[in-house]
Amino acid sequence: MIQLENIVKTYPMGKSELKVLQGVNLNIEKGEMVAIMGASGSGKSTLLNMIGLLDRPTSGSYLLEGAEVAHLNAKSLAKVRGQKIGFIFQSFNLLPYLSALKNVELGQKYARKPNVQAAKEALEKVGLGGRMKHRPNELSGGEQQRVAVARAIAKNPPIILADEPTGNLDSKSSKEIMAILTNLHVEQNITLVMITHDPNVAHYCQRIIYIQDGQITGEEKS
Amino acid sequence: MTNIFDPLSTAWTTMVTHKLRSILTILGVVIGVSCVIILMSIGQGTQQTITNSLNTLGPNILYVTAESAAQSSIGRAPVSGMLTLEDAQAIVTSIPNINAVAPTNTIGMQVIAGNQNMTAQITGVTPSYQLVNNVQVVGGDFINQDQYTGFAKVALIGPTVSTTLFGGENPLGKTIRVGNNIFYVAGVLKSKGASFSSTDSAVLIPLTTLQGIASKLTTTGQHEVSSIAVQAANKKSASAVKSAITSLLQYRHRIAPGADNDFTVISMDEISASINTALSSLTILLGAIAGISLLVGGIGVMNIMLVSVMERKREIGIRKALGAEGSEIWGQFLLDAALLTFTGGLIGLAIGWGISALITASGVLTAVVTLNTVLLAVGVSVGIGLLFGFLPAFQGSRLDPIQALRSE
Repeated sequence: MIQLENIVKTYPMGKSELKVLQGVNLNIEKGEMVAIMGASGSGKSTLLNMIGLLDRPTSGSYLLEGAEVAHLNAKSLAKVRGQKIGFIFQSFNLLPYLSALKNVELGQKYARKPNVQAAKEALEKVGLGGRMKHRPNELSGGEQQRVAVARAIAKNPPIILADEPTGNLDSKSSKEIMAILTNLHVEQNITLVMITHDPNVAHYCQRIIYIQDGQITGEEKS
Repeated sequence: MTNIFDPLSTAWTTMVTHKLRSILTILGVVIGVSCVIILMSIGQGTQQTITNSLNTLGPNILYVTAESAAQSSIGRAPVSGMLTLEDAQAIVTSIPNINAVAPTNTIGMQVIAGNQNMTAQITGVTPSYQLVNNVQVVGGDFINQDQYTGFAKVALIGPTVSTTLFGGENPLGKTIRVGNNIFYVAGVLKSKGASFSSTDSAVLIPLTTLQGIASKLTTTGQHEVSSIAVQAANKKSASAVKSAITSLLQYRHRIAPGADNDFTVISMDEISASINTALSSLTILLGAIAGISLLVGGIGVMNIMLVSVMERKREIGIRKALGAEGSEIWGQFLLDAALLTFTGGLIGLAIGWGISALITASGVLTAVVTLNTVLLAVGVSVGIGLLFGFLPAFQGSRLDPIQALRSE
């Protein structure tokens, strides 16, 4: 599903270069639920952005569902990103002036898969069937993140990427979100990759990958 | 209801979400568009008023006037000439396709009635003056042939003269004094308003009588007149009549071939065409001055759009993460800007139209809002949005999604 081969990412820093990823090799199969753990500055966010096609590697190869995507132009990246990747962010990233339902529909719009029925079903699946018309500021943090999850799944993508999905939530909401994600993974066989530094969250996943100084240093299966 | 699949309603939502800012942004456009509308409507209204007043005279009127030394073109020997009653008679007898010829002579003199007096233009006219100048008499009759040949001391007075000398009284049959001569008021002219050929403050008397009062005999014993108005049979024959008059007067005034004429023949068409040209340039100039305020308004829009792109960086990041292409972001911001200025244009149009209507209602000036003005103002306001929204929209579309997502 996701095959990264010798991925290098450097950023120019004045005259020198900052090497954020130094040759990452990673293989994630369809239907896997993977956690990436590492200290801040380890390169885990850059890696997730790379997988999510928000960023392009300086060198290396990235096969997504068998197709090379490492060097696509911005327009093609946006297209593939919209159709194949569902993002869940630490800070929810909902548009404040749109209702929960409209936010979910916005995700479908850019995936070119408009479907109001599917948007409503996604919100029902995350337990917000009764709050579709509410705007983000009328929802709790846990509820907002559930809207974000609904937005990610409503377009039915093969991959969901989550960047610290429980980072801004209390433990009760965290458990709810993780339960929903685990459920999705089991029911729909979605490939799920998440960044976390919370071991409790990481242990929902079958596989934990450790990253340090831009390199994968270890792996653990639970 | 917001429909997110429609970029226009997204733009609308953005605009009404930031009400105060939107209002301030479009204020410049509102002021600019209303200025354009007001100034152009005044320009066009004035043009229409003048054209209408010229049209009351009809297109088949020709004016013959003497060329004075002061009017000669620079760099040429001054030519001074004069027209005479005999010239007018020659035109009547020798040129075909003419309805009427009206020679006039005008002198400024004091007119007295009772204890009231005023200085008026005393115009000596022939009976044909009524037809050529489209004069209507409210009370009484116009000067007839008997009065003309009989040196009758009768006068027709304009409404302004009547009011000044007689107040609200009926002046018919009363007398006025011009110099040492007593005239009977034979009629009052109908008001023509402040038009090109207004006779509101005129006193019309028989030309023969005028020449008796202020004898203006030339050295050859002819009678001088200040102008000759000629009405051609119809519009088609006007130019033929014009060249016939020119040849006749060249012969009568002994103008050598190639020399400058000592008279001018001009048709009503030429007069109205030259006035129209001048007024059109004036209208364009007024519009251009108002256009500067539109430009300033446009720069204000660009400023706010740049701020808006910075403020909505995160939204741009979110949309891009969801799969939005750069062109969609670009289009959205461009549409936002165009909607802002379009709204400003509509408000400005309403204000400008309202003020134009007030100006017309006040009676000071006539302001006419034409369809072209409306289309121009609305088109320009949308154009300004697109023009000044271009750079901010482009910046927004080029944002890196990761950086955009990180911004607060």
